[in-house]
Amino acid sequence: MAFPTLNLYTRRKAANLAGLTFSILATLFGLFWLTWLLWTLFHNGLQWIGPRLFRESTPPPGANGGLANAIVGSLILTVAGVAMGTPAGVLAGTYLAEYGRGSRLAAIVRFVNDILLSAPSIIIGVFVYALIVLRAGHFSGWAGAVALALIILPVVVRTTENMMRLVPDALREAAAALGAPSWKTTVKVVYRSALPGIMTGVLLGTARISGETAPLLFTALNNQFWSTDMTRPFPNLPAVIFQFAMSPYEDWQHLAWAGALLITVTILLINIVARLILRRTRT
Amino acid sequence: MAASQQAAQEAAILRDEGEGPTSTVPPPPGSEGGAVPKGTGDSSLGDRAFRGLTQLFAALVLASVIGMLFVLVTGAWPALRTFGFKFLGSKEWNPVTNQFGALAPLYGTVVTSVIALLVGVPVSFGIALVITELAPRWLKRPIGVAIELLAAIPSIIYGMWGLFVFAPVFSAHLQPWLTEHLGPLPLIGRLFEGPPMGIGMLTAGLILAIMIIPFMAAVMRDVFETVPAALRESAYALGATTWEVVWKVVLPYTRVGVIGGVMLGLGRALGETMAVTFVIGNAHDINLSLFMPGNTISSTLANEFTEAVTPLYTSSLLALALVLFVLTLVVLIIARLMLMRLRAREGERT
Repeated sequence: MAFPTLNLYTRRKAANLAGLTFSILATLFGLFWLTWLLWTLFHNGLQWIGPRLFRESTPPPGANGGLANAIVGSLILTVAGVAMGTPAGVLAGTYLAEYGRGSRLAAIVRFVNDILLSAPSIIIGVFVYALIVLRAGHFSGWAGAVALALIILPVVVRTTENMMRLVPDALREAAAALGAPSWKTTVKVVYRSALPGIMTGVLLGTARISGETAPLLFTALNNQFWSTDMTRPFPNLPAVIFQFAMSPYEDWQHLAWAGALLITVTILLINIVARLILRRTRT
Repeated sequence: MAASQQAAQEAAILRDEGEGPTSTVPPPPGSEGGAVPKGTGDSSLGDRAFRGLTQLFAALVLASVIGMLFVLVTGAWPALRTFGFKFLGSKEWNPVTNQFGALAPLYGTVVTSVIALLVGVPVSFGIALVITELAPRWLKRPIGVAIELLAAIPSIIYGMWGLFVFAPVFSAHLQPWLTEHLGPLPLIGRLFEGPPMGIGMLTAGLILAIMIIPFMAAVMRDVFETVPAALRESAYALGATTWEVVWKVVLPYTRVGVIGGVMLGLGRALGETMAVTFVIGNAHDINLSLFMPGNTISSTLANEFTEAVTPLYTSSLLALALVLFVLTLVVLIIARLMLMRLRAREGERT
């Protein structure tokens, strides 16, 4: 080594200091964006949130209005998506966890589920467009709900499988020893102890799909008016935010900020609740 | 472990598949077609029905992905047949003359994702290091949760914020600085030329970086935590500094997992749509300068899919979607292979 010992020691200390400083700066960098984003949302959105926002539908440019139709539309779409995606996901996850150990079908499904999980959401939108919208000849709320269901499905499959596998086999054996048929063991014993974990997964999936925009662009499209007819183009918050934010009208942009704040706060709240559920069951 | 489920969901791709929790007992009842507890005829019927039901939905997952691939391939076929390999090599995109080529959006997709990785990987590494090595116990959780919340914010919010808040600041302060200091450099200088418009490829790449940091940081933190304490402590006992422990012990031990996490972030960056659509400028062009507007596959789809009027136009867009799907698939497979290697190595060690 060309350097004297003392010098080497100083250099190591310096490298350590530089590396750790960089890491702390990186963490502050990450936290900085979160703060800046949230501050922007509250700064630009809070002043436009009022009773009118929840009572009136989206206005034409230059008029007063709210986001009532979009909020209700988004709620319906999200609930419909979760309602379709969750049972399917739980059952498929059950297959993987309970019957699929070592089976070839299960290995394939697991891999394919990962593909679905990592597929860009806009591709899912394109798929549902070709599957439903093209055939029906028009955009519809149902198409939007199916797209959202396809996004939450792989999340639920994976969580269900992971959570059911955490249930000790001794519990299954105990149930079998008591004479319970295996389906009853699964439903009454395994599901029960895996439930909080599965619920957390479903909640986080719900949070994710409630902010999804890309897959709705070609499926539910949007609807300026109050509508609860799922067979027609359907109002939803993300599409309204997209349209209004990109518009040159100030009233529309204000509504877009209000909607953005609303949707973000909702999603962050769902995330925090989901974490609390998981934490409570762990302690 | 305070893993953000969402990030963890995806991070879990990188972890185990196949084997369940290691158990010394034989497989649970029912793994052999519901035959194990032979109860009454009713219950074995119930078992078969339940098993069939779950199998049906597992098959549904399979069917939806096969369906997706089928739709994309058949939809893209007319365009691929018309343009052949030229589709990938041409940057011409002209709905009027019906000439379509994927090069410009493909270039934009790759360049923005590379920028996102260049910025995002070191930052994620730093965050994972702080959470696993530096932060006092009471601070670990809050930092982890805050970073994970970044992942929960919807893409469209990043887009709005990027366009209306970040881009003006970026063009007023950062871009002139970059042009002034990096512009004169040979080779790299070309990347930072041009008018500081705020929007463009670089802005899109930076926002993508912020969006994928939580995912990569979550994976890195999780894999860093798999390093046996004895290994870490031995290094400390030999007098290694914290940085040396992480750089020379933890990172080599977890290298493959870290690369898997990076691939995961890359997969997300490639497919991200709304945030990019807001800030990239949507110009069908290839510019060396990162300040110029561009386009990605996903932003092209978001902008043009509902407006495509001719069948060939729609088919070309579906071909773009197919290219993107294949790209993310390849990234996913590489991530999986890396993990299989990690597991194989762990197997050798024991």
